[in-house]
Amino acid sequence: MEGKHLLLRHRDNPGIKDLDEYRRLGGFQAFRKAVTSMQPQEVTEIVKASGLRGRGGAGFPTGLKWSFMDNKNWPHYVVANADESEPGTFKDREIMEGNPFQFLEGVAITAYANQANVAYIYLRGEFWHIAHQLDQRIAEMEDAGLLGERLFGTDYSLRIYTHLGAGAYICGEETALLESLEGKLGQPRLRPPFPPSFGLYGKPTVVNNVETLTNVPLIIERGADWFRTYGTEKSPGVKIFSLSGHVNKPGNYELPLGTTFRQLIFDHGGGIPGGRQIKAIMPAGASSSLIVATEEALDTPMDYESVPRVGAQLGSASVIVIDDSVNIAWLINKTIHFFKHESCGKCTPCREGTFWMMHLTDRIAAGKAAWEDVELLRDVASQIKGKCLCALGEFSIEAVLSGIERFEADFRQVAQAEESQPVSMPAAD
Amino acid sequence: MNLLAEKYPEEIQTILQKYPDDQRRSAVMPLLYLAQREHGYVTKQSIEDIAEILEITSTDVASIIGFYSLYYDAPNGKYRIQVCTDLPCALRGAEEFLEKLCENLGIRVGETTPDGLVTVEQVMCLAGCDKAPLFQVQTGDGLTYYENQTVNSALELIERWRKQQGGKDGR
Repeated sequence: MEGKHLLLRHRDNPGIKDLDEYRRLGGFQAFRKAVTSMQPQEVTEIVKASGLRGRGGAGFPTGLKWSFMDNKNWPHYVVANADESEPGTFKDREIMEGNPFQFLEGVAITAYANQANVAYIYLRGEFWHIAHQLDQRIAEMEDAGLLGERLFGTDYSLRIYTHLGAGAYICGEETALLESLEGKLGQPRLRPPFPPSFGLYGKPTVVNNVETLTNVPLIIERGADWFRTYGTEKSPGVKIFSLSGHVNKPGNYELPLGTTFRQLIFDHGGGIPGGRQIKAIMPAGASSSLIVATEEALDTPMDYESVPRVGAQLGSASVIVIDDSVNIAWLINKTIHFFKHESCGKCTPCREGTFWMMHLTDRIAAGKAAWEDVELLRDVASQIKGKCLCALGEFSIEAVLSGIERFEADFRQVAQAEESQPVSMPAAD
Repeated sequence: MNLLAEKYPEEIQTILQKYPDDQRRSAVMPLLYLAQREHGYVTKQSIEDIAEILEITSTDVASIIGFYSLYYDAPNGKYRIQVCTDLPCALRGAEEFLEKLCENLGIRVGETTPDGLVTVEQVMCLAGCDKAPLFQVQTGDGLTYYENQTVNSALELIERWRKQQGGKDGR
């Protein structure tokens, strides 16, 4: 893939963030083609045929989502989810900074396919500078006749607006995002109804992740069959893997779906620093189950079907590498602090459960707990499962339950020692 | 008298025209950022002003400030240094970085330096996990990222702010 990125194209052509250069490389041809020569449904059919699946984490088929839009209720909206907040995920940021027009063209084509005349880009508040850059680029597109009224001499009109969040992980959940965009607390809605029938302002809405949208121009330009030459049959295309933690070369790697953990961590990421051994992998950021880094796990292809075979999900493909210096009791204390802070408070099992799990993991990690506390922790975690409106509650227990089950010795070490010692991170190399 | 509307008429118009006429409430978050510009926090007066502009209650506005972590209802250091210590950053030494930074400044996490220049805070993931230790600096004017930091590079940055500040006061 070296020198031939499809999404991180700025790595091959740094000038691509300028409109002229993006257009010189064929940019906005796909949008023009769609608006001037295709019916909206045709665009949706091509995306459906490509097998593109949502890159935000859920992996839902993108074209199928679009086909659910209620055509008896108007207007329609498209919302780009740029709330990237999962610990371990930093891919959408690089796309929007480096290759912004391909993303914006994806938003535009998606808006046309769903017959929306207004699209919003909801960015996490921390992406302040990116929102300002995008505002300038949207203005350039308007000046160039790529956004605005009666585009390319047709009846189709489109405006794109940015909207900044203000520091809330929960707003990455699509219904909480819509609530936030409506000026309310970012708390999830009961589903169904799903956004394609009841979304922004109660109108049919497609919410897609930044990386998902950035695939769309190439699919329209080159076709579904071309897209399927990348990746696997059920997980076509390339994916940006955000690699972090104990690895020599952390960063984003755009690779075909189906690349193995070993290839990512050792061939691309340069392996584990300081001659240490790899102990565990979290493939989907902090909301991931912990995979024991066996030889078999390392040779598992990273696609939506294969990762569950080793007891986790691909999710947003935010691969956190953990070496053998880490005690997993310390690790889950970190992730639980995150989820406790980010629980929106709407559902009791998540709000109270993360609070109690935080106190228990504080005690366990401090070496002040008995084995009964570990069992209580497992019990509290199990009671959150399946009882919340959105996935945040579920996410909070993934590392806890898998950690206790798969790394029991770590918990025995801190919970049963005669004179327990607190577990902490050794200083970084 | 609506001070916010008087001070930023154009900005407010630009914000309001992004949303449908019957959905003005959507503008509450951008208006809060605007209100925060001058003092780094939202004053009681601004809450009333925003409520009036959007035709919602001041309680509605205040609840947004309480729910989202980037809005403040009380003054603090001019520069808020917000360090991420979530798991991927912690694996790359962010906790130690935060501890040493505070030690050097003679404050604890969440406190402000005696001159009112800097507040150091511990925050959740900033989407820069491969460039840890990192922090963002929040002022009324917005947010800036500082990545691949050391305690020394952070202290140098603070020293530059201190000199700028001194220059202004000296005038």
